[in-house]
Amino acid sequence: MFLIVIIKILFVVGVLLTFAALLTWVERKQSAVTQDRVGANRVQILGIRALGLFHIITDALKMFIKEDYVPEKVNKFLHFIAPLFPFFSALAVFAVIPFGSPIKIGGRIVELSIARLDSGLIYLFALSSLAVLGPVIAGWASHEKYALLGGMRAAAQMISYEIALGVSIIGVIMVYNTLDISLIVEKQGELLFGFLPKWGIFVQPLAFLLFLPAIIAENKRIPFDLPEGESEIVAGYFTEYSAMRWGMFFLAEFVEVAVVAAVLTTLFFGGWQFPYLFDDGFHFFGVWHLPYWLIVIIRILTFFAKWIFGIWFLQQVRWTFPRFRYDQLMKLGWKIILPWGLINIALTAIVIMLING
Amino acid sequence: MKYNFRYGWWEKIYYPELIRGFYITSRHFFSNLWKWITGRKGAYTYQYPEEKRPISPNFRGKHYLVLKEDGTPKCVACYMCATNCPAQCIHIVAGEDPNRPEEKYPVEFTIDISRCIFCGYCVEACPKDAIRMTYDYHLADYTREALLYKKEKLLHWIETELDKDQPLIGR
Repeated sequence: MFLIVIIKILFVVGVLLTFAALLTWVERKQSAVTQDRVGANRVQILGIRALGLFHIITDALKMFIKEDYVPEKVNKFLHFIAPLFPFFSALAVFAVIPFGSPIKIGGRIVELSIARLDSGLIYLFALSSLAVLGPVIAGWASHEKYALLGGMRAAAQMISYEIALGVSIIGVIMVYNTLDISLIVEKQGELLFGFLPKWGIFVQPLAFLLFLPAIIAENKRIPFDLPEGESEIVAGYFTEYSAMRWGMFFLAEFVEVAVVAAVLTTLFFGGWQFPYLFDDGFHFFGVWHLPYWLIVIIRILTFFAKWIFGIWFLQQVRWTFPRFRYDQLMKLGWKIILPWGLINIALTAIVIMLING
Repeated sequence: MKYNFRYGWWEKIYYPELIRGFYITSRHFFSNLWKWITGRKGAYTYQYPEEKRPISPNFRGKHYLVLKEDGTPKCVACYMCATNCPAQCIHIVAGEDPNRPEEKYPVEFTIDISRCIFCGYCVEACPKDAIRMTYDYHLADYTREALLYKKEKLLHWIETELDKDQPLIGR
């Protein structure tokens, strides 16, 4: 059992770090293709350019061999420890995300998530709010006004969107009647009115529309990248960071993109559920029986397909919308998302009451 | 500029306009991606050293001096081009050839290409059709002296790849 957990952890961390590395390339290429440009393609090995994929290697090399400059008056310990928070919390959040249906191996059921917790959603939000410590500590420790402003902005923004996030997700918890993320995904396999998959986006559309901006804001990406705000406060909380310490923030951001896409997939797009695919095969105008291993593979591939679509979607959002002004950001969080989240809770409660009689 | 646009309810509910913007960027993304996949170019970029822009037939590049049949320059050192030059970058020293007393000839003919604005007025002004322009625009060099194009350089101009397509009459 211990060995299985180790294998799962290695797999998840490996996939996440690979995605984060690839995302540095995707970020450039997708923006280039969207904006009718070519994008980074200059690095070549033996004349092979491979669409600029080697830029990942050169970027990593650059970050490792650059001078790691630490300003004189920073708080050395806090300055060192700050980049670890977002990185660690982003990786740890993924522990509760199921990336496939449970497999039966030799009479033993193996969950395809690192940990199946009864309070999975609470764990998820607890750890994702731990990520705010990184920017705040970095801003405080840097002993510089722009970094401090960035850190304060990060704190204010992420705490207000934490609340909006929590409120918007309560409707989902009420519908599926559980906090266990694996169970939420399993329940999303049921059908609504006999034909519509019971995905989060279909049973809780309003919650999805509120959750999406909140989670992007939580992620500090454009259009909510006020803590960085390079046109206003240099680079925000990581102004005083260089080399690999800056790279940790950078990489953490991309891990967070991947994790956010996975959370969206899990809560609102049915996780590993393929529409009409049940444990014994397709239920679509009759039953089409499929072997068990094929169903497991289809489900894992489904999760990855949805995940990659989610990442594409988040990246496209990042290259579409302009940055909010700070007061607009606060207004959106407190005056729009939060009240509508409360309305959503009331509506969901009324509908559940009516259905259950 | 006065900005008169007022937001109606459609803009204020936010999501329709966001979706419209998202539709525009993703339309660009997918159409360009499809072009790249099918082997066409999905960008307006010219990747310069490998890929050069097509240039217009009346493009004005580096100058050259036209030769007569006997291999001497057509130029009669009349100073028309130098007088007409708005950037004052043409410097001519006229001389007299004892064998041909009816015409002057340029002893020195220097164009300071770093000052030249490539307006083509020298070509227009020339009464003898003695100065013309090539399609060559790769003129960067390391010193200012190298950018003073002397008579020899202007006479023995290199026929570049760009010039091959367009035969330069009166050479």
